Amino acid sequence: MSDSTATGGLDRRAFLKATAVAAGAQAMAAPQGVTAGLSNSAEGTGGPATRGTRSALKSATPSAGLIDVNVNLSRWPCRRLPLDETPALVAHLRKCGVVQAWAGSFDGLLHKNLRAANARLADECHRQGEAVLIPFGSVNPMLPDWEEDLRRCAHQHCMPGIRLHPGYHGYKFDDPAFARLLRLAVQERLIVQLALCMEDERMMSPLLRAPAVDPAPLAALVKQTAGLRLVLLNTRSPLSVAPLTALQGPSEVYLEIAMLEGVAAIERLLAAVPLTRLCFGSHAPFYIIESALLKLHESVLSDEQLRAVRRANAARLLAGKTNSAKQRPVAG
Amino acid sequence: MPPWEIWDNHSHLSGVSGRTPAERMAAMLKIADRMGIQRLCVFMGMDFVYDPSPERLRRENDQVLAAVRAWPERIFGYVYLNPKHRAASLQELDRCVRDGPMVGVKLWVAEHCNSADLDPIVERAAELKAPVLQHTYLKITGNLPGESTPMEMAELAARHPQAALICGHTGADWERGLRAIRPYPNVYADLCGSDPTAGFVEMAVAELGAERLLYGSDAGGRSFASQLAKVLGANIPDAAKKLILAGNLKRLLRPILQQKGISV
Repeated sequence: MSDSTATGGLDRRAFLKATAVAAGAQAMAAPQGVTAGLSNSAEGTGGPATRGTRSALKSATPSAGLIDVNVNLSRWPCRRLPLDETPALVAHLRKCGVVQAWAGSFDGLLHKNLRAANARLADECHRQGEAVLIPFGSVNPMLPDWEEDLRRCAHQHCMPGIRLHPGYHGYKFDDPAFARLLRLAVQERLIVQLALCMEDERMMSPLLRAPAVDPAPLAALVKQTAGLRLVLLNTRSPLSVAPLTALQGPSEVYLEIAMLEGVAAIERLLAAVPLTRLCFGSHAPFYIIESALLKLHESVLSDEQLRAVRRANAARLLAGKTNSAKQRPVAG
Repeated sequence: MPPWEIWDNHSHLSGVSGRTPAERMAAMLKIADRMGIQRLCVFMGMDFVYDPSPERLRRENDQVLAAVRAWPERIFGYVYLNPKHRAASLQELDRCVRDGPMVGVKLWVAEHCNSADLDPIVERAAELKAPVLQHTYLKITGNLPGESTPMEMAELAARHPQAALICGHTGADWERGLRAIRPYPNVYADLCGSDPTAGFVEMAVAELGAERLLYGSDAGGRSFASQLAKVLGANIPDAAKKLILAGNLKRLLRPILQQKGISV
């Protein structure tokens, strides 16, 4: 870098480029097609929360700033987090250049009344989301009549996707209910976010252990479920699931970087994962969002790679446009 | 990112490609440069074993010495020892620290750190003004057979109040680890080697004070980014961040660096 020195001086310009404290990002207009994928699911009558979801989708600005596909609202069960009040979280996301954040709810881990949890999430995104937060409701296929929760996510709340927590809900990927859930999500044109874990398994409360789920059966399911748009969140061993992202066909599998570890990890991961399939995710507020931001700086990434990871891939996914893993990404 | 000085208290010759220690160090320093890190403390060899023999210790320490010699202005070495091999460890301590360029001691998972086997090593390190960094972890899935906990570190600290001890990873389960070492002012909390969970550094500052915290990365197994973020993203004053990122380690190492004629 131009002004980086042998003693480790930081290239400030490059860092700002990577983290993009996008002061004026909110004022920019939404590009065409950002909300196209929602049109079929936005058929419910919709209350204020529904209108909030639409507003967030329309005002998000994937042509500048970051799209964070992995944040959560509400309370982590085992401790208070510095940014677990939604206004504080949104303010910090914006300060960090995040113009759109796909928000699940920590309530989705343990609550059985997911109808209420998802309604609160939608309402919170509407009231406090400042057109940044987009709700992704939780569905637990081990609960009776979970199909209604999924339907409400799609039709009542006009959510673009759902978030699953198999480790907390007690099922494996070879469970028939999971396969059925994926098919139903495709029918409703919902993105499926699959949280493979939420924290280091070794550091969990001994009374609240959620085992990691073996991702091996996913490959067959992805092949069987045409039209599936799957985002794997919190992948601790991304290379083990990298082959999923390269599968050719009518389904798409994406990864994000929140739990990516090792020096210069993004550039190494991109040797195994198509550029079109890697998104920015922070796992905030459980993780410090600066971790994901700094990873963008730690790896040597081209402008094209930065555009793709920072926003273009997530924007395209949200827009519902299929894009073969071999295709080049859409410039943001 | 503020243009503050950053010294990394915890890194390895792993996670980057290179046939020799110098090649790996060069690769690591390129990445460290991007993150604004000036100096790195390095220990253990190009690959690790849980219970190294004396010969193995010597080989791994030679690899670190090679890295230090290749980058003397950037790299500090900590000598890797195994308390089970007391005589050999004391010899290595003399060879690498007293008579060599290394400035600290690293103990990993060969033996629990509350063992009396550590006493002569810690006493000798204190004489040499070398801090002792002891790996600690608290896993609900079960620690390795010889893997220490912060509670065991507290026992060691109580026996050696004159020694400068660094609680590696603060047990990773930092909410328990910080409590365990809180009563012992000669124990520093090493912040690296765990996930970048929000609230860690805020609690550490509140419970131990910023003066007892050391930034480290545990690179190359961990990223510089995730570990730097713990400090840079914490809701603490800038003055505290400066101490954690470099000031405390400078103060800790200054006596031994002065003995070796290294000015910082």
